[in-house]
Amino acid sequence: MWEYSDKVKEHFFDPKNAGAVEGANAIGEVGSISCGDALRLTLRVNEADDIIQDAGFQTFGCGSAIASSSALTEMVKGMTVDEALDISNQDIADFLGGLPPEKMHCSVMGKEALEAAVANYRGEEWADDHEEGELVCKCFGIEAPMIEEQVRVNRLTSVEDVTNFTKAGGGCSTCHEKIEEVIANTWKAMGEPMPVAVTTTEPDEDLVPLVTPEPIAAKGKLTMVQRIRKIEETLEEMRPTLKADGGDVELIDVDGKTVYVKMTGACSGCQMAAATLGGIQQKLIEALGEFVKVIPESEKAKLTA
Amino acid sequence: MQGIYLDNNATTKVDEEILAEMMPFFTEYYGNPSSIHQFGERVGHSLKKARKQVQALIGAEHDHEVVFTSCGTESDSTAILSALKAQPDRKEIITTTVEHPAILTLCEFLEKDGYTIHHIEVDNKGRLNMEQYKKALSDKVAIVSVMWANNETGTIFPVVEMAEMANAAGVMFHTDAVQAVGKLPIDLKNTKIDMLSLSGHKLHAPKGIGALYVRRGLRFRPLLRGGHQERGRRAGTENAAGVVALGKACELAMEHMEYENTTVKALRDRLEKGILEQVPSCFVTGDVENRLPNTANIAFEYIEGEAILMLLNKEGIAASSGSACTSGSLEPSHVMRAMDIPYTAAHGTVRFSLSRYNTEAEIDKVIAAVPPIMARLRKLSPYWSEQGPVCEPEKEFNPVYA
Repeated sequence: MWEYSDKVKEHFFDPKNAGAVEGANAIGEVGSISCGDALRLTLRVNEADDIIQDAGFQTFGCGSAIASSSALTEMVKGMTVDEALDISNQDIADFLGGLPPEKMHCSVMGKEALEAAVANYRGEEWADDHEEGELVCKCFGIEAPMIEEQVRVNRLTSVEDVTNFTKAGGGCSTCHEKIEEVIANTWKAMGEPMPVAVTTTEPDEDLVPLVTPEPIAAKGKLTMVQRIRKIEETLEEMRPTLKADGGDVELIDVDGKTVYVKMTGACSGCQMAAATLGGIQQKLIEALGEFVKVIPESEKAKLTA
Repeated sequence: MQGIYLDNNATTKVDEEILAEMMPFFTEYYGNPSSIHQFGERVGHSLKKARKQVQALIGAEHDHEVVFTSCGTESDSTAILSALKAQPDRKEIITTTVEHPAILTLCEFLEKDGYTIHHIEVDNKGRLNMEQYKKALSDKVAIVSVMWANNETGTIFPVVEMAEMANAAGVMFHTDAVQAVGKLPIDLKNTKIDMLSLSGHKLHAPKGIGALYVRRGLRFRPLLRGGHQERGRRAGTENAAGVVALGKACELAMEHMEYENTTVKALRDRLEKGILEQVPSCFVTGDVENRLPNTANIAFEYIEGEAILMLLNKEGIAASSGSACTSGSLEPSHVMRAMDIPYTAAHGTVRFSLSRYNTEAEIDKVIAAVPPIMARLRKLSPYWSEQGPVCEPEKEFNPVYA
């Protein structure tokens, strides 16, 4: 079963604004029955000041789809249409206290329904820029065409490259075999032999990612206190996973871009500790939107001596 | 844990009698059965007894036809890969579109290695296309692998007849019988089935123990090589406690076979009838007349399975669903799609699977709990109006793909 936040459960078990709004003048319908997710969003907008007076949803979908719809209607009520358009899918997920990675598409559906409703209100045609293709990386919702394009344009040869350029494969890693296959097929389609991957520690400066992966959280620069709080939050999120393996982690110090942690319990001395640290580092980079290095506290003495 | 457990096709509770039987093998009888001393000898005797208990349940001619493994998946992989290794000139496999992932994912992988996979299709009741099967059989086929009963719908396949056909064509036949063993009478010595997979945790033994039946004289190549355990067919020190538990589980399943096919079946029918009578727009999937006695798979139209399960769970009722969202993949169950169940219903399928531990009082509670849950979710659904389903759902609500 998914680990849903209390807020998700609250909005699922007791959804707000279920049903269609009477006298709606902005209607957005997105999703598809084949995917198992569909949402009709109805808004009543005051044409004098563009303020959304009422919002309602009808959703066919799972727990998080219903919760995301409910959250969206709560968020937009009282906003102007323009303010509502500024809501990102991440905002919806944040409002719900986070969604499991596989369920992020539920928040995307909410965002798209909102765009469709606003387009309908303004008498515009809403076109969906969705690139259709086989879903490869479920964690980040990356589909094959996106990976193929990056492989072609940047002549990528390894899963690591693909992760750096598209984020695909950066999560649970179950799709790595599939990514290798996409890489091989793309090179085959280009009619060129794939160069043997050379492992270099320095990034090749010629390679400019077409799409720079957006830092997930950070928009402005965080203060030290904000950073520490964010780090603590992220570690807290990871704790259940570590504890399941009989270990734990404690934040010791933050020094510039270096985060010192102490691995305890089964994590201390475990051969997987290095991999775990790597995982923590990845999560922190995503949460902070900046590069940080995670170092075990035991190394600190050696480094600062 | 309190609650009503109707997810016995996923896994079952370990029977207390079985637990008691296996416990001494963690504490007192910890010897390695391969050892010559008294510690090992005692364990060796127990494994022998367990092998005979399994043999009795599946009607094998010899006890040494039973090879203990770690799970159903290992048994399935062993069977298929053995057939390929033993007959390197045969590059085709016949299976079905509705198999368990333990078979389908392996076949998909083998396809990349150049093997040809024939997937026998099913009709909308989940019945196999026997004509297609007949045509696919040839001397290029290394093995046929067809499940005895489907885990989602409970539909039973005519594996005994299919094994005869394979045998006549000179092709090996394997069946994944993890759902059938213990629920249906099986008498392998009077069939042409060459290999059969079973799993302990589906019949009240713990997880981590399974078995593969390998007909005596069948050409066999082990998956795990190493020590001489299981007559060299499955290396690795035996999971003695698990084996003992599986043996006991088989003995108890034999005793309860009739109960399963009378009382449990009656409870299943009561549940199904109670739900169908009260909830509009729902139907039973699979071959209703020919299925496991404990399984009811009901498709609730215009609502989604995960949402149903979450609300059932809140009432303390445990079931499972073929919806996309419960699996982590974004597709609804391949079994439902193979049967051509419309998407409006496939996403809302709920499987109730009973065991000998369920009571009539529990079933009546579920019958009472289900209708309000469905009504509540349908109220949220864009495909449902106050009068019932919207007339033409595809026209009435035809959203942009997102």
